[in-house]
Amino acid sequence: MSERTDYLDLDTKDETFLDATELVLNMGPQHPSTHGVLRVILKLDGEKVLGTECVIGYLHRGVEKIAENRTYAMFNPYVDRMDYVAAVSNGLGYCETVEKLLSVEAPPRAQYLRVILTELCRIASHQVWLGTHALDIGAITPLFYCFRDREEVLKIFEKYCGARLTTHAFRIGGCIYEAYEGFEQDCKKFCDAFLPKLDEYEELLTTNRIWVERTKGVGILNPEDCIALGVTGPVLRASGVKWDLRKAQPYESYKDFDFEIPTGLHGDTYDRYLVRIEEMRQAVRIIRQAVDGLPQGPIMAKVPKVIKPPVGEVYHSIEAPKGELGYFIVSDASTQPYRIRVRPPSFVNLQALDKMVRGLLVADVVAVIGTLDIVLGEVDR
Amino acid sequence: MPEETKGTDPVSPESSSPAGAPAAPGEGAGSGGAKASAETSPTSAAPIVPQPAAPAAKAETPAAAKAAEPAKPAAAPKPAEPAKPAAAPATGAKPAAPAAAKPAAPAAPKPAPKPEGPKPEPWEAELVTHLRSQYGSGIKEASTYLGQKYMVVDSSLVYEILLRMRHDELFDYCVDITAVHYPKREAQFDIVYILYSFHHNERVRIKTQIKDGEHLRTAVEIWETANWLEREVFDMFGIVFDGHPDLKRILMPDGWKGHPLRKDYPILQQDQEWVKINLGIESGQ
Repeated sequence: MSERTDYLDLDTKDETFLDATELVLNMGPQHPSTHGVLRVILKLDGEKVLGTECVIGYLHRGVEKIAENRTYAMFNPYVDRMDYVAAVSNGLGYCETVEKLLSVEAPPRAQYLRVILTELCRIASHQVWLGTHALDIGAITPLFYCFRDREEVLKIFEKYCGARLTTHAFRIGGCIYEAYEGFEQDCKKFCDAFLPKLDEYEELLTTNRIWVERTKGVGILNPEDCIALGVTGPVLRASGVKWDLRKAQPYESYKDFDFEIPTGLHGDTYDRYLVRIEEMRQAVRIIRQAVDGLPQGPIMAKVPKVIKPPVGEVYHSIEAPKGELGYFIVSDASTQPYRIRVRPPSFVNLQALDKMVRGLLVADVVAVIGTLDIVLGEVDR
Repeated sequence: MPEETKGTDPVSPESSSPAGAPAAPGEGAGSGGAKASAETSPTSAAPIVPQPAAPAAKAETPAAAKAAEPAKPAAAPKPAEPAKPAAAPATGAKPAAPAAAKPAAPAAPKPAPKPEGPKPEPWEAELVTHLRSQYGSGIKEASTYLGQKYMVVDSSLVYEILLRMRHDELFDYCVDITAVHYPKREAQFDIVYILYSFHHNERVRIKTQIKDGEHLRTAVEIWETANWLEREVFDMFGIVFDGHPDLKRILMPDGWKGHPLRKDYPILQQDQEWVKINLGIESGQ
């Protein structure tokens, strides 16, 4: 280690130091409120943010390159490792896209099972978001509540497929595992128990004065900016755009279910909180309908053992908990995909950070990162 | 992998094709109405907007396209079905090639399904006719594949067409920008812009082909979201977007040499020098 010489020389640069109006501050990548390894360079005037720059890529594993060197079935478990708090959604998007390439459709029972698990996963993902977001803002109890209740979802996953986080629950063409004995009852029991818990979260936060003052009017995004920036998911809906891929371009069996798309009015952090809370309620509604209507029958479509889709390319996207998760797959009729592009919602949403935090205080940056609900595994891939 | 077809294994060839065939017309019937409306609306001189039934029609189109020629796609892949599972127990989970070699009998049905598969169909819409009349051969192709619309345009026109798509056709949301590398082609790169319109609830892909080293004009002025998306394309493929406000690497480290998603970049390749200097180790593997 050579000796450092770049210390601020207070004797000679005294004036400059005191007159400094702008300060560049580095936040992360090892900062607990960045939810992983996000590095934000902040340009500050006192405590006011003048501008930001995100430095990402610390978790880059080259998922798209790996895909080109694996068969379609072998790549399936990798997608779970992008958005690792919503692994089921990732798998759903990928399997559906390959099914589209193959012109195969999962049987109805598989579609219902997929919907149940994906919505459970949406709840689990929002619980992680709420717990950590509230923790960032200074409320510690929601974290314990959320993680306690998320455990119930993870138990269902574990009983269903043996894994809690990186589930690899779906296969190309349907599901590999039949619902276990008592699956329906477990789901129903979870739904019944979860709604009062959700009220409990709301009791802690919705009218909490500190929470309201820290989130209301913070990080406002208007709908035009949202669309220009490609922001999707709850962030877009909180700005008042009623757009959800489950309704706009229904996939799986979502058209069979009755549910609402919650939207916000102001596009601030508080509205995004309300939208996600309501989304959890709607997810419970969907799960209940899907469990009640779970059809009998096969859970796997006829898919060739060696998957070789015909030459062509397909883009398909689903409404993941964080926004539009898309896969663009190019097939050259070999066993390995020629190219897979993942369109990650976190990556695109994170780009809005700069616009959202300009003019706010440093402490609000933490709130805004939390409200964007990013997962760095997905940003960096 | 071996379990995937376990359920279907014992099905004999006779029973499998009747069981499989009705599946496709069955779902075709369900979407028949939607398909008809989707087909008539473009010809009835209305804009490409697929009217109120849009969401349903859009989602069903792949099924509808499949149902249009139910005989071929439904029946053709089926003969292959019994051939493969039969070979599977013997060859284990090995790739496709040895499957044909094992049993002598299924040699005949094997080559038949090969050339099958959905083919791109011409995309007929007012938008396409308009653009064709204006740009002529600049619009190289306008097709739908599995119900998804795409257009291949000349690289010199791409900015103009994107601008038009944004302002005149109201494709206000740029979903994604990405590239595909075809090293054997003269124009090595496909640049793909995936656009979505909230007004029409419709997705369109605009593709263009460029040579290695050729530049494209940035789309940041049209959609702000293009900023990071183009940076990623630059990072992964080395494609330069002229006029981009901040074109630098985004996922790879700043000083890294090479563009990892190019096909001539092997999966184990790394920038040895960078690894040595920055990580202090000989190799990252």
